[in-house]
Amino acid sequence: MLAEILQTLPQVLVDGLALGAIYAVIALGYTMVYGILELINFAHGEIFMTGAFIGVAMLILMTGLGWLAAMPAILALILVLVVTSILTGFMGVGIERMAYRPLRNSPKLITLISAIGVSFLLQDLVRFITEYKRGNYILTGPSMFNEQFAIKFSSISSSFSDAFFKTSTLILIISVVIMMVGLDFFVNKTKWGMAMRAVAQDRETASLMSINVNKVISLTFFIGSALGGATGVLFAVQYGTIDPYIGFILGLKAFTAAVLGGIGNIRGAMAGGIMLGLLEMFAAANLQLLTGGIFGAEYKDVFAFAILIIVLIFKPEGLFGKAVTEKV
Amino acid sequence: MSILQLKDVNTFYGGIHALKGISISVEKGEIVTLIGSNGAGKSTTLKTISGQVMPKTGSVIYEGKDISKQPAHLTAQTGIAHVPEGRRIFPRLTVKENLEMGAFIVKDKRIVKERMEKVFQYFPRLQERLSQKGGTMSGGEQQMLAIGRALMSKPRLLLLDEPSMGLAPVIVEQIFDIISDLNKEGMTILLVEQNAYQALQVAHRGYVIQTGEIVMAGQGQELITNEQVREAYLA
Repeated sequence: MLAEILQTLPQVLVDGLALGAIYAVIALGYTMVYGILELINFAHGEIFMTGAFIGVAMLILMTGLGWLAAMPAILALILVLVVTSILTGFMGVGIERMAYRPLRNSPKLITLISAIGVSFLLQDLVRFITEYKRGNYILTGPSMFNEQFAIKFSSISSSFSDAFFKTSTLILIISVVIMMVGLDFFVNKTKWGMAMRAVAQDRETASLMSINVNKVISLTFFIGSALGGATGVLFAVQYGTIDPYIGFILGLKAFTAAVLGGIGNIRGAMAGGIMLGLLEMFAAANLQLLTGGIFGAEYKDVFAFAILIIVLIFKPEGLFGKAVTEKV
Repeated sequence: MSILQLKDVNTFYGGIHALKGISISVEKGEIVTLIGSNGAGKSTTLKTISGQVMPKTGSVIYEGKDISKQPAHLTAQTGIAHVPEGRRIFPRLTVKENLEMGAFIVKDKRIVKERMEKVFQYFPRLQERLSQKGGTMSGGEQQMLAIGRALMSKPRLLLLDEPSMGLAPVIVEQIFDIISDLNKEGMTILLVEQNAYQALQVAHRGYVIQTGEIVMAGQGQELITNEQVREAYLA
């Protein structure tokens, strides 16, 4: 049995990393907003989904205009990523302004309901527009970056099979790494990043330091939503077909990844996302084998979540939860 | 001309009438203290000045300008630094980052560095702990950091809320020495304290606040020897 698991391991790693990278960036959006407002922004999964639709719509439009054929595909993708992240970034800022800020001093549950409302609103809005324009709310983008590559794991040791991946997987992983390193740098090394951490730790006192707290909160929503929207585009390119409901399950899983990493902790969210992606792919590949055929690959989520629950029982603050002891 | 003047200020917390027509003034170069028991409205007075809460009626005049409706982050930019009750340093920022937050609006890194050097003259301990997380320091060190952070904005008026709270007597001694030194170098200070004796010792003038009202005012030494004050706050 071990031999068979080893055989598929390289492919599990590649697929798990790709999926985990997506979870990780969405998880960042949850964890940043939670860190600063103690709000679970349930609309974040829908921002990811809207990003995917904006991206695919742009790609279809550009194909129709003949632009996609006229410029290098990677340039087109970068353009789409930049435009989409700016749009979803402002969308996030708008959602905070209209749906959360007026409720800032209400009980947290009220804001949570508002977030769920925004979530439904976005799903229906995207579905309406897509159906209106295309007659169907399931959308398939132009095929891009589909060239297959093999990593020759079998040449390292005969117990491994080769792993296959598409160019889009490579693009996805590289983009996510750039986003994560960029965000980590911003939060830990720049003045506004420091202001963000200060507001997350003590909003009232941050305002005594001349920091405009509302501006920092808007900035947080902009960054989280811009990253989420860009990830939506990458998701659409990687997996081809999207519908208005992809944000729901993916959002829940990314939120779980954020909790796993220790909610409010940015590096934790990154690690939690990657870990969840790997677990899920491992389960998909091996569950049938491990359970002697009782459970198939479709139980991968049960497996992944069972592991998460076990981790959280022993480490309720998450893997990278706040470790600093605070003296009062 | 007073640097700060509160005229008939009424502040509410929800339905609670916390400040009932407070009028006080602080002259440039003075240490003025506001003493009173728990819940009398001392912290609320400072919060009303710094803009964390807005008064319902009355005015807060700072350097000739009414700032009573000004949000906290703008007031902080105009030269009022508020060291809040309980120190409120940022626990997961390092000492250096905490100090840098104090000079958030200063763009020139050299000026930030100069001011930090000046803070180290008052609090050499902070220099030794620059890369330590604020939350891991002792109470006294946190208080020094909180005052140091406030000094980073180079304020013209320093609001101190219970700087002696929860500290060992020797540390309290040190903190009051520094308050006195700062004042000798020209800093105007409004000091809120439960530790009335120490506060009145360093202050030029004092006000006694009781359930949201000023019930007595006078020179520091005058209040120390006042029978009522002695009975209520110095016993």
